[in-house]
Amino acid sequence: MMIGTQPLLELKGVNKSFGPVHVLRGVDLSVYAGQVTALVGDNGAGKSTLIKGIAGIHSFDSGEYLFEGKPVSISEPKQANALGIEVVYQDLALCDNLDVVHNMFLGREESKGIVLDEITMERRATETLASLSVRTLKSIRQQVSSLSGGQRQTVAIARAVLWNSKLVILDEPTAALGVAQTEQVLNLVRRLADSGLGVVLISHNMNDVLQVADNIACLYLGQLAAQIPASDVGHGQIVELITMGRSGDIGLNPEVLAAGGHA
Amino acid sequence: MSTPQVTDVDIAAAGDSAGVGQAMGDYFRRIKGGDVGSLPAVLGLIVLVVIFSVLEGNTFFTALNFANLLNQGTAIIVLAMGLVFVLLLGEIDLSAGFAAGTCAAVLAVTLTKWGWAWPLALVAALITGLVIGLLIGLLVARLGIPSFVVTLAAFLGLQGVMLLIIGDGGTIPVQSDVLLAIMNKNMPVWAGWLLWLIVTAGYALVSLRAIMNRRKVGLPSTSTSVWAAKVLSIAVLLGVAVFLLNQQRQIVRPGKVACVKLGPPNEPLGCIPVIQGVPWAVLVVLVLLVVLTFVLGRTAFGRHIYAVGGNSEAARRAGISVSGIKIACFMICSFLAAIAGVLLASRDNSVSPTTGGAQTLLYAVGAAVIGGTSLFGGRGRVMDAIIGGLVVAVIANGLPLITQQSGIQYVVTGLVLLVAASVDALSRKRSSGSLR
Ligand SMILES: Nc1ncnc2c1ncn2[C@@H]1O[C@H](COP(=O)(O)OP(=O)(O)OP(=O)(O)O)[C@@H](O)[C@H]1O
Ligand SMILES: [Mg+2]
Repeated sequence: MMIGTQPLLELKGVNKSFGPVHVLRGVDLSVYAGQVTALVGDNGAGKSTLIKGIAGIHSFDSGEYLFEGKPVSISEPKQANALGIEVVYQDLALCDNLDVVHNMFLGREESKGIVLDEITMERRATETLASLSVRTLKSIRQQVSSLSGGQRQTVAIARAVLWNSKLVILDEPTAALGVAQTEQVLNLVRRLADSGLGVVLISHNMNDVLQVADNIACLYLGQLAAQIPASDVGHGQIVELITMGRSGDIGLNPEVLAAGGHA
Repeated sequence: MSTPQVTDVDIAAAGDSAGVGQAMGDYFRRIKGGDVGSLPAVLGLIVLVVIFSVLEGNTFFTALNFANLLNQGTAIIVLAMGLVFVLLLGEIDLSAGFAAGTCAAVLAVTLTKWGWAWPLALVAALITGLVIGLLIGLLVARLGIPSFVVTLAAFLGLQGVMLLIIGDGGTIPVQSDVLLAIMNKNMPVWAGWLLWLIVTAGYALVSLRAIMNRRKVGLPSTSTSVWAAKVLSIAVLLGVAVFLLNQQRQIVRPGKVACVKLGPPNEPLGCIPVIQGVPWAVLVVLVLLVVLTFVLGRTAFGRHIYAVGGNSEAARRAGISVSGIKIACFMICSFLAAIAGVLLASRDNSVSPTTGGAQTLLYAVGAAVIGGTSLFGGRGRVMDAIIGGLVVAVIANGLPLITQQSGIQYVVTGLVLLVAASVDALSRKRSSGSLR
């Protein structure tokens, strides 16, 4: 696809330790605009740690962080937001007692003077949902508590794209969903990328990954085993990469693996 | 409700939504979904008024008693308004009653013992409220002590502070015509009707403008018939209240005559004084209602209060200062407690160590919850305090007419609070049940 052009986000050799625990070891990652990059790996491989570093919840210990080709230093979520990076967290972070519009604008309300500008907010929310071809909400003035899991996920994603975001990171967005709603959310994820955003999708479900991802980055014990185009690999190969760090001639060097993953 | 469903309906079509019928339909759907709001309290209020009117109509349903009832309820209502802010966060303030008492004591001491002018004494009392709220808020938000414990400590501590401020004398009179007038004097009859006109017309215009603004940009809006129905019911309800309050409340017995406003030498000897008009305290409550409703419903700050009460982690991730919101809400609560303290001092013409004590706080918490504010946080309105406060006041006022036993009064009020809390808990179950 568009590989070869400049990546939207590029990490080079990032490291992160929590005390004595070396969680991320020299990870490289490239995310391209208009593509879904799946981030896979076993439990504890370091996926959440990696995206938290990208989102500024904690900063990397070392390594390069390039956004749109320029080196940036991000140590706070606000700095990431300012660049156009939004994260949809695993636990959705919506307020049940507020309606859809209020949730989408939470913390960044539009006001005229001190008075909330409900009309502008409602219009922008409607436009955003329409641009994502969301047709599953009866009313954007209904409380979030009355929504189904898929609808809530939709609201969380719509909130992430409301802010002219360039990069949207989704941490297991389909984990709690049924078949129909998973399908809906995956379609939405695909449309985000098709509309030109860079998307990072964390998932444990290989079918989901193969269905929407353009390329797949696989973490194995804190190291990047491989980042490869989705069309080049099959289900079985990804599983091997996740569980053993290597599949055929792709993945980590045998010597590295023999050393127990400690390069 | 049941299993998640993929409803393939478009986002509500723009334009005018249908009339009163659909509005009622939406309302019932909300209630079924667990959001009962003030409905039980309004129904309860009607039932109570009917019962007392049937049993003791001659004493209960009179202009005099109606005014008495408002007089008894005002301080509770103002206290409850403050508690709504704290309850919205899912917190509690057990010290609000004695915060009111402490602020009243500051008012009385500065006014009577130190001879300050009333505006200065008033400001001193209100600042005392803000400081109390700031301290409680800091302990809850920064140190993370549960508000139940902090305010229980404040409940005991403030009781002591109050005794220390008042000193050994016991009761300090409040000598200020202006402050005493709040709870003891009434507006002229014409001013009552002017107030009615301003409130009704103000509501009509503001809500109409909101509807028009939405229509102009093609967003769905309430239909004009629903708007008219709302305005009409407010006009009628307030009109009846003003009409009742504008009646002569003193009963002129046979053989006596009512005083005329000619001044003492020209009036018939032993005449019955004319007492009529809307109490000034009602104006205080109305102003607070409008200002606080605006803050909660129309500003980002108010929105953030609901967000913190609904899901504080979500609020934090959205960049809202959760501790800032908490501190502000405790300050608002204690500030309104200070106003309630001033009202209590005005009503009793004095401040004593029992001001703001006894059942004051429990009645106020009860009022907020009975009115429909959730104990679990995230749901509630300032209006709830008024509706719930009226329920509490009607019970406190009506029961003694039926029975002399004060034990029954406590039991009934306790039961009503329990019923309100059950409704709250059930509706919470309902709405979270519809989640998955
Ligand atoms: N704050 C922390 N302090 C110490 N160790 C941590 C911390 N956060 C994560 N770790 C460790 O880092 C490793 C990677 O964790 P991480 O949450 O990134 O895994 P993950 O790939 O997201 O796993 P999962 O699929 O289960 O979500 C784990 O071994 C974890 O124990
Ligand atoms: Mg994780």
